[in-house]
Amino acid sequence: MADIQTHEHDVLVIGAGGAGLRAAIEASAAGVSVGLVCKSLLGKAHTVMAEGGIAAALANVDERDNWKVHFADTMRGGQYVNNWRMAQLHAQEAPARVRELEAWGAVFDRTADGRILQRNFGGHRYPRLAHVGDRTGLEMIRTLQDHGVHKGITVYMETTVVRLLKDGDRIAGALAYTRERGRFLLFKAKAIVLATGGIGKAYKITSNSWEYTGDGHTLAYDAGAELQDMEFIQFHPTGMIWPLSVRGILVTEGVRGEGGVLLNNKGERFMFNDIPDNYKSQTAKDAEEGWRYCQGDKNANRPPELLTRDHVARCILREVRAGRGSPHGGVYLDIQWIKEKIPNAPEHIKKKLPSMYHQFKELGDIDITTEPMEVGPTTHYVMGGVKVDADSQMSRIPGLFACGECAVGINGANRLGGNSLSDLLVFGKRAGEYAGKYAKDAKPTTLRQEDVDAAAKWTLEPFDRQGGDEGPYIIQQDLQDMMQDLVGIVRKEDEMQRALEGLGKLKERAKKAKIVGNREYNPGWHTALDLHNLLTVSEAITRCALVRKESRGGHFREDFQDKDAAFGKVNLVTRKGPDGEMQVEQVPIPEMPAELKQIIEEMK
Amino acid sequence: MAETATTQMVTLRIWRGDANGGSFVDYQTPVSHGMVVLDAVHQVQATQAMDLAVRWNCKAGKCGSCSAEINGNPRLMCMTQIAHLPTDQPITIEPIQAFPSIKDLVTDVSWNYEVKKRIKPFQPREPDAADGTWRMEQADVDRVQEFRKCIECFLCQDVCHVLRDHHKHAEFIGPRFLVHVAALEMHPLDTADRLEDLKDRDGVGYCNITKCCTKVCPEHITITDNAIIPLKERVVDEYYDPLMMLWRMIFPKRQPLPMVKP
Repeated sequence: MADIQTHEHDVLVIGAGGAGLRAAIEASAAGVSVGLVCKSLLGKAHTVMAEGGIAAALANVDERDNWKVHFADTMRGGQYVNNWRMAQLHAQEAPARVRELEAWGAVFDRTADGRILQRNFGGHRYPRLAHVGDRTGLEMIRTLQDHGVHKGITVYMETTVVRLLKDGDRIAGALAYTRERGRFLLFKAKAIVLATGGIGKAYKITSNSWEYTGDGHTLAYDAGAELQDMEFIQFHPTGMIWPLSVRGILVTEGVRGEGGVLLNNKGERFMFNDIPDNYKSQTAKDAEEGWRYCQGDKNANRPPELLTRDHVARCILREVRAGRGSPHGGVYLDIQWIKEKIPNAPEHIKKKLPSMYHQFKELGDIDITTEPMEVGPTTHYVMGGVKVDADSQMSRIPGLFACGECAVGINGANRLGGNSLSDLLVFGKRAGEYAGKYAKDAKPTTLRQEDVDAAAKWTLEPFDRQGGDEGPYIIQQDLQDMMQDLVGIVRKEDEMQRALEGLGKLKERAKKAKIVGNREYNPGWHTALDLHNLLTVSEAITRCALVRKESRGGHFREDFQDKDAAFGKVNLVTRKGPDGEMQVEQVPIPEMPAELKQIIEEMK
Repeated sequence: MAETATTQMVTLRIWRGDANGGSFVDYQTPVSHGMVVLDAVHQVQATQAMDLAVRWNCKAGKCGSCSAEINGNPRLMCMTQIAHLPTDQPITIEPIQAFPSIKDLVTDVSWNYEVKKRIKPFQPREPDAADGTWRMEQADVDRVQEFRKCIECFLCQDVCHVLRDHHKHAEFIGPRFLVHVAALEMHPLDTADRLEDLKDRDGVGYCNITKCCTKVCPEHITITDNAIIPLKERVVDEYYDPLMMLWRMIFPKRQPLPMVKP
């Protein structure tokens, strides 16, 4: 094809959120040529929406904290199907990654003695989240962006990768198009790092932006890599639910960390009614103890609102289903009550949770310093992703790396709040480092022209469609409705079987989706292409959720409500079979070394 | 709080076109309680104008992608409730004006990224503690944290008459990057000196303090008073203060000065 512009890099990073930027910075530090591709403008990636903080055992606020406690918390939160090696590396390396951000200009909130302040968060035993009010993600991405732009990285903004290209078994490049002009860019690269984030746009109610269409997951899967744990989706317990148009927008866990409580329509603090056994010893006995914990009392245990997200989300759903919900189908999240406890509560709330204050004020006409919020679960995060080596982040395709949300391992069945930003930093750095090393040692690769032509033809095919009568947006909406209804927070066999059939029909419709206009900044065309990714990850989620006949973390089966020890020993791995069909295999989790087992035992 | 999602029809008057020109096109669309302008634009895109170009990301006021001029006011489309606008007349939506058009509501803001690259990066002093960490008081970082709230929506750039009307893009970095420089200059750990750049290359003198930027900032950053005026004062102290001129005649190499906190 004549209109393809070629660029060559040693390392190509796809995605410029926290993980991608950190990977690009590290790869460029190795002295190799780095290209960074992002679907949006630089600095707009989903990381900006992270609110609560970065989990790292700095022990600035509670000296009892250390990597072992963080490791044990992460494994407990993930219900022990995590990749223990990743959980270990993450806990060990997160403090250095946070301090590094400070050296690059990040300005975290401070302790009284001038160090980085840390806050409480669900599932973390001690105050562990380095933060900046409730805009930590913005601070992180801006710091990485402003640092990264001086490192000689070539950035391709508003550019979407549609296919990975290989030379034999090895990764060799990628084909992309620019949003602005619809032109093709062909990247030749010795190593590629996927850092494309999540899949939230497969669901109707989500905190995720338009970019979260499972691109990295699908690119890797189509290229022959494996996905793992796709059944584990995190439904964040507190999203906005009213007005309808803002449904799903995140309400940070920080509200609960600052003392916010969950109430049903009887004014009852229902979270006290259901505390899982493995968290009983570290949960507050009563409201008074919970409040003392939020005020930094080291002898107090955390309130039940700060149990893990999967559990809180299910408790909220139960209240709603039992008719104890709020008028718009959620429950109440109340922070204004703290005025009973502290002077100047409204000012304190505005200072600690400024963007929550503005979000409710401007979008919901609610003043959170005087009224409770209405909240409900929202699709927030995918624990599953591209299966990679824990240390290097390389997939089973030589030269193809993945890090951040699109990779799998650290989170197991459920991610703890705050562990995402630290995951991006720790494994973004590792992916960049190992990709740089790999590229330095790699022999040159060549791209096959027929592969490039085929990918380009596939990308332009929507323009050639005749006769279809529906656009891509309606198909995307129908997919989102179906996944929300049939493969959502509560799942069962017959509904998911219906979802599989539905996915088959949606695939047929997607092949015929009609678009109008030309290649210049044409969102209809882009959406038509995104459908392939959304349908692929939706199928992986559904197939894995059918196989896992138990409930664990972010995967809850109404027909199998308990944990099954046998399923606690396996991960579900998805790959494309020789016939092009999706396969799901139960793969045993490797035995944990004795010293890590001992840590978990000690922290029980 | 309204309990039901009542709908009404509104007219969106959206600018359609590209660098070669364009015109407003009217679209009728139903809106329900609480809808923001971006929702209505998406609805038009999904049902009536599938190739309508609009840039957006988070739909939560955090990424600064969906800047536009709504009824002539520079705003984020995702943070503007339709109920807060008069709906008995068409709602006009057009791209920001200080930058070249790409298509429909999307403009070419790449100039901003070039400007930022030129600004001297953060350069910290030696760590305060043996473990390589620093100590900073919260009170000393409050101001810098205010500046770092910026979501780079470029609405301040859009409304600044130096850029919008006088097109001084070559000589003036605009309010966004004056805030960026202020965040660096007032960072307690930073040691770099950007005053000469501010005076000569960045054109801080062009700002005549009309505060239009402050008014449109969706993050409520007090751009003019807290960022730009203190920068102007530092430049004046450094380059136009007679005592300082004398000082430099005696000590030609620049000496570090005690920074005055605004």
